[in-house]
Amino acid sequence: MSTSKQHGGAEHAEGAAQAAEQTESRGAVQSRRAFLFKLSLALNGVVGAVVAVPILGYILGPALKKNASYNSWVSLGSVADFPEGETRMVDFRNPVTMVADGMTANSACWVRHVESKKFQVFAINCAHLGCPVRWFPQSRLFLCPCHGGAYYEDGSRASGPPERGLFEYNYTVAGNHLMIEAGSLPTLATEACDRRTKPLVQIEPGAPGTSADEDANTTRSS
Amino acid sequence: MESQNTKKGAAIKLFDWFESRLGLAKPMIEAALHPTPARSASWWYVFGSAATVLLVLQVVTGILLGLVYTPSAGEAWSSLQFLNHDVTLGWFLRAMHGWGSDFMIAIVIIHMVQVFLFGAYKFPRELTWIIGVFLLLLTLGMAFTGQVLRFDQDAYWGLGIGASIISRIPIVGGPMVGLLLGGPIIGGPTLARFFALHVFIIPGTLLALVALHVWMVLKLGINEWPMPGRVVSKTSYLREYQEETHKNGVPFVPDAAWKDAVFAAAILLSVMACALLLGPIGPTGQPDPTIIQTAPKPDFAFLWIYAVLAYLPADMETPFLFIAPIVVIGGMLLLPLVAGEGEKHWSRRPVAVLMLAVIAVTLGTFTQLGTYTPWSPQMEAWSGDTIPTQYLEGRSPLERQGALVLQNKQCRDCHALGGEGGMRGPALDTIAARMTEDQMIRQVLQGGGNMPAYGKALSPAETHALVSFLMTLRGKDLQPAVDFSRTLTRADNGAAPPAASGEGAR
Ligand code: FES
Repeated sequence: MSTSKQHGGAEHAEGAAQAAEQTESRGAVQSRRAFLFKLSLALNGVVGAVVAVPILGYILGPALKKNASYNSWVSLGSVADFPEGETRMVDFRNPVTMVADGMTANSACWVRHVESKKFQVFAINCAHLGCPVRWFPQSRLFLCPCHGGAYYEDGSRASGPPERGLFEYNYTVAGNHLMIEAGSLPTLATEACDRRTKPLVQIEPGAPGTSADEDANTTRSS
Repeated sequence: MESQNTKKGAAIKLFDWFESRLGLAKPMIEAALHPTPARSASWWYVFGSAATVLLVLQVVTGILLGLVYTPSAGEAWSSLQFLNHDVTLGWFLRAMHGWGSDFMIAIVIIHMVQVFLFGAYKFPRELTWIIGVFLLLLTLGMAFTGQVLRFDQDAYWGLGIGASIISRIPIVGGPMVGLLLGGPIIGGPTLARFFALHVFIIPGTLLALVALHVWMVLKLGINEWPMPGRVVSKTSYLREYQEETHKNGVPFVPDAAWKDAVFAAAILLSVMACALLLGPIGPTGQPDPTIIQTAPKPDFAFLWIYAVLAYLPADMETPFLFIAPIVVIGGMLLLPLVAGEGEKHWSRRPVAVLMLAVIAVTLGTFTQLGTYTPWSPQMEAWSGDTIPTQYLEGRSPLERQGALVLQNKQCRDCHALGGEGGMRGPALDTIAARMTEDQMIRQVLQGGGNMPAYGKALSPAETHALVSFLMTLRGKDLQPAVDFSRTLTRADNGAAPPAASGEGAR
């Protein structure tokens, strides 16, 4: 073999040597092509990864953005619109919107005017699975139409499947305007306000409602 | 004669021209004539093809709806109204697409049940089943995303429920909500996402997997009719199946195919009949988040999930929501790998049949409950439902005052009287036969179970009136409830009749 290689090339060698030479070079070509093919695969792998970066960034964009970054202060109207001791529903327009949002960028919340400058602003979305809760002034309860979650007037959990009280927005009274910090759909992950995280209540089946027990007793004895 | 021959010749020439270039006719004819076990040319084997036909119907009607539908959160709802009312036969196309989807889910599930009962998922058709499981999930995915595209109140709040469920996932919950909604709120990008899913991503995957599924049916042959005692074994099955189909096989076309064709036609006619008689599905109210007078409800296929969510104890909810789907889907996927051999006939697979029965009854019950949602308060009952007159007849003014309190304080939203009102709490028609006065007062003021405490919402006078009224509700011949401890204390003093004590307490 080694001799044929030495004498190979341009010179005409013997038949057997020539055949060997041909297989040799074809083998070389083949292994070169296999290498090139592998190289092209690797190249495409790299290009694929590079292409994937903007695609993933595009898809994951909304997921990676901090919810708080959407929030800004929205006016709910004049303080005078909310009589003390009452709970009222207010509509507001989400601060961040686009044209295609249409009416879905509107939102509503419950404003409870506790006293003078003290308010509570509750999300409309039930803390269980987000259905819109309704306020009943007669029984002083928020009731959820979906699975019957109930909340007391201060937003604390009264009964039903919710694990916690209603979500509350951060609010401030600027001049005589009531402002809330809003911007993202209130859920357990975002909460209406990120700062005032309320712990989940531990629900014992059959246990009487926790927060109203004392109230109940006082009313009874009065 | 001669001209006919030349015509025939011309037709054959034309055919040959195409065939020599396409080369499709030969494999297609082979596929059509592939031998089918004689008994499998049965009415039991028509569901798969019917599901495929329905898929084609959905694709065609879907494309047609796409000519008008506007996938923008601000306009989707009105474009559906436009389709329903202003586009010629738009309502009918919407109705066909909507009912077609219900039929498709039903047929896919029936197909799956049949395959399960006939043991058709066993060797060598395990992968066919596994792909089938994905086809079921994709079909449900189409139904769910389609429901969102109907961008109405139910869709809006349904998305809210979906976001709330996802938000419960620890750590990644928040980002995943963002991924689902495409932004901070349910809005334009949300609908656009679901549009892309419903129109491009899921149907594309669905069609590809259907092609694979059908290809595998052709390659592996149609399942033979199961016989008790004929056991599937990996070593001998393929040979046995070969022998069986060669000895007793019939060509798929026409021996079996005519039944598929007839059934598919019947199904298409049924879809049209439903569309014609029952009309398009929705849309319900417009997706305005400030309209809160709504109790969102999912479409039929998802009612059972809705019911399960309502009945789960609160502390089990989050784990259940994320573990159960993995267990259920994993179980379905693993089924053919775990039980890939053995008996196929249902009479020799009692566990399988029992499992199926339990699943069917469970799903059926939950779906049924989902249709009337007994766990939901009836938000209008307090102002809308009447108190049966016999409950007011001969009652004292105080007791009637109590009846008013019962209405005004929304008790009826959760408690029924005379069959009207919410079913969230127990009906109150015979409450005095079950609870003593003291127990009622305690329950009303402090709540408990699923009931909120009314201590803050009732004045002592109102509570007194309410309980007086409730004490009159004890049905026709029922004894009032008795506090047993009182009987015991009285027994010490010389045995008073127990029935008197309840009344005596008043
Ligand atoms: S969403 Fe409110 S109780 Fe379930």
